[in-house]
Amino acid sequence: MALLEIDNLSVSFRTDAGRVHAVNNINLHVDPGETLAVVGESGSGKSVTALAILDLLGEAGRIDNGSIQLEGDNLVQFSEADMQRVRGDRISMIFQEPMTSLNPVIPVGKQVAEPLVLHRGASWPDALAAAEDLLKQVAIPDPEGRLDEYPHQLSGGMRQRVMIAMALACSPKLIIADEPTTALDVTVQAQILALLKELTVETGAALILITHDLGVVARYADRVAVMYGGRIMETAPAREIYGNPQHPYTRGLMSSIPDLSGPIADRLPTIEGQPPDLANPPPGCPFAPRCPHVSTACNDGVPPFEWLTPTHGRACVGHE
Amino acid sequence: MQAYIARRLIALLPTLFFASLIVFVSMRLIPGDVIDLMLAQNDIATSQDRARIESALGLDQPLLSQYVSWVGGVLQGDLGRSLWQNTPVTEQLKASLPITFELGFLALIIALTVAIPIGIYSAMRQDTPGDYIARSFSLLMLAIPSFWLGTLVMVFPSVWWRWSPPLEYVPFFEDPIANLNHMLVPAILLGLSMSAVTMRMTRTMMLEVLRQDYVRTARAKGLSENMMVFRHALRNGLIPVVTLIGLQVPLLIGGAVILEQIFVVPGMGLLLLEAVFQRDYPVISGIFLVVGLGVLLINLLIDLSYGFLDPKVRHQ
Ligand SMILES: Nc1ncnc2c1ncn2[C@@H]1O[C@H](COP(=O)(O)OP(=O)(O)OP(=O)(O)O)[C@@H](O)[C@H]1O
Ligand SMILES: [Mg+2]
Repeated sequence: MALLEIDNLSVSFRTDAGRVHAVNNINLHVDPGETLAVVGESGSGKSVTALAILDLLGEAGRIDNGSIQLEGDNLVQFSEADMQRVRGDRISMIFQEPMTSLNPVIPVGKQVAEPLVLHRGASWPDALAAAEDLLKQVAIPDPEGRLDEYPHQLSGGMRQRVMIAMALACSPKLIIADEPTTALDVTVQAQILALLKELTVETGAALILITHDLGVVARYADRVAVMYGGRIMETAPAREIYGNPQHPYTRGLMSSIPDLSGPIADRLPTIEGQPPDLANPPPGCPFAPRCPHVSTACNDGVPPFEWLTPTHGRACVGHE
Repeated sequence: MQAYIARRLIALLPTLFFASLIVFVSMRLIPGDVIDLMLAQNDIATSQDRARIESALGLDQPLLSQYVSWVGGVLQGDLGRSLWQNTPVTEQLKASLPITFELGFLALIIALTVAIPIGIYSAMRQDTPGDYIARSFSLLMLAIPSFWLGTLVMVFPSVWWRWSPPLEYVPFFEDPIANLNHMLVPAILLGLSMSAVTMRMTRTMMLEVLRQDYVRTARAKGLSENMMVFRHALRNGLIPVVTLIGLQVPLLIGGAVILEQIFVVPGMGLLLLEAVFQRDYPVISGIFLVVGLGVLLINLLIDLSYGFLDPKVRHQ
């Protein structure tokens, strides 16, 4: 059985410009212990999907339909109190900005220890002792001395290690990392990702790794889901995405795989055209306006998601 | 740390010096002088009388030498004597300062206990009816001058219920209940007017903090909304509010001057008002000096409390 099974999920936000349909009828699953990479350009709905899993969409956001099953429990039906027991315990999340994601006025040891107090009923001294071990696990030098330090005393890489330690505290079944290294130096990025991967393997946690970086995908992911315009365009095992991409959008991403030695601006995948306006989504395939293989069929309704092999699927009506 | 405090204290001296100079000079520029007022109380008023009184009070000296001798006295802890009562100004201050301090302290406590919880509530329930009510209330408190509210409290209850607030001052250590009975109404009025700004500031700051990434992290850990606010958001949100309290101290004193008058509280405000009417220069200068020093010290204390509240400041 899948650890996490997302079925036909749609999420929208109330905005001044009307309802923004950020995620539309997506299906996604994560098996125990595997690493699923979610890729796609900015605004494709990756973060919204992650926040929907934890029910952290905020005041303006809402799940319009679908279900999110975690080990058979439908999280969409959960009350806020039930969700609080899931967050940080069964599923934890690591965010993009290590600079601002830690509380500036609380020592890092306490922040790492907090989930244990909250979910395991640990006493603060026990939890702090465990936090020291966690800091050691994420390879922070002098973990004991770091417990009482504040986030501003740590470098960006160290802070992200603290975030990882915090996410691991309650040995979650699933860790969601939303572009965990985008804000870091290139050399630090590699270290942090390697650490994250190593620790998930060690603890048996599954990982949803949201990223822009296809190089990261190749190295760390077991499977890949490609998102565009709030939909899943293609999913496949990581090796197949590279060797045999089946969706024109995925191919576009692949051909724009950057030269890693170039400057950052050149490394972001670029495809001609603008992403769709999610407040007024097009009637057909969201990628049609930018697709080099567009045909009339593309605008006759949203292409259904089809499985080409048991593990490789796409949402495209093209036949070549 | 001690060296830092000492440096900050020394830095206060120039400020105090200029403030005292301004007060000393400007008091004497107010039209109508103290001798005229004194002579007007007696019928016999000749120019000899005038010269005699003037020299007795030392007012015939040039302004500069008056100032220098006043500063000389201040440095030895002598603020001079009241021109009218001939009592030492320090003694008058000793009697009235604690009373105003009590009034201000009560007002501050009232302001904070009203403003901070409502500000937090308002931020957590942004744009709900509760938030609108709280914001309207604070706008109202901001708009209504406390002397007007004070007058209402004096007039209407006595018309409606034949009750009016007690106007007799009783020292706190003599009879705390009677003392609070008297002080509470002006303290509430003063506190409410101060709470308006504090409440808005608390709300704004909390809204700002609730948008921060670390609040999202706290939620993602599984903290309930209340725990998130009290453990993670509040301390960050209140740091700027503390500064605001420092900035409000002069306003608090200004409000106290008026409310002491209405409710016959024999504090520094009442003393100041009488002194201004009578052009009792040494008393006025003494009060301003003490108030100025107080405001500066309170703000210093607040700067220091930053180190306690904000670890970033502590490590600088
Ligand atoms: N709170 C919100 N209110 C309104 N719209 C939102 C909100 N959060 C996200 N959206 C919209 O949802 C869409 C998807 O956003 P999302 O953050 O999931 O993109 P993303 O794929 O994570 O992009 P990035 O790579 O830039 O992080 C965007 O169009 C965004 O404007
Ligand atoms: Mg994102």
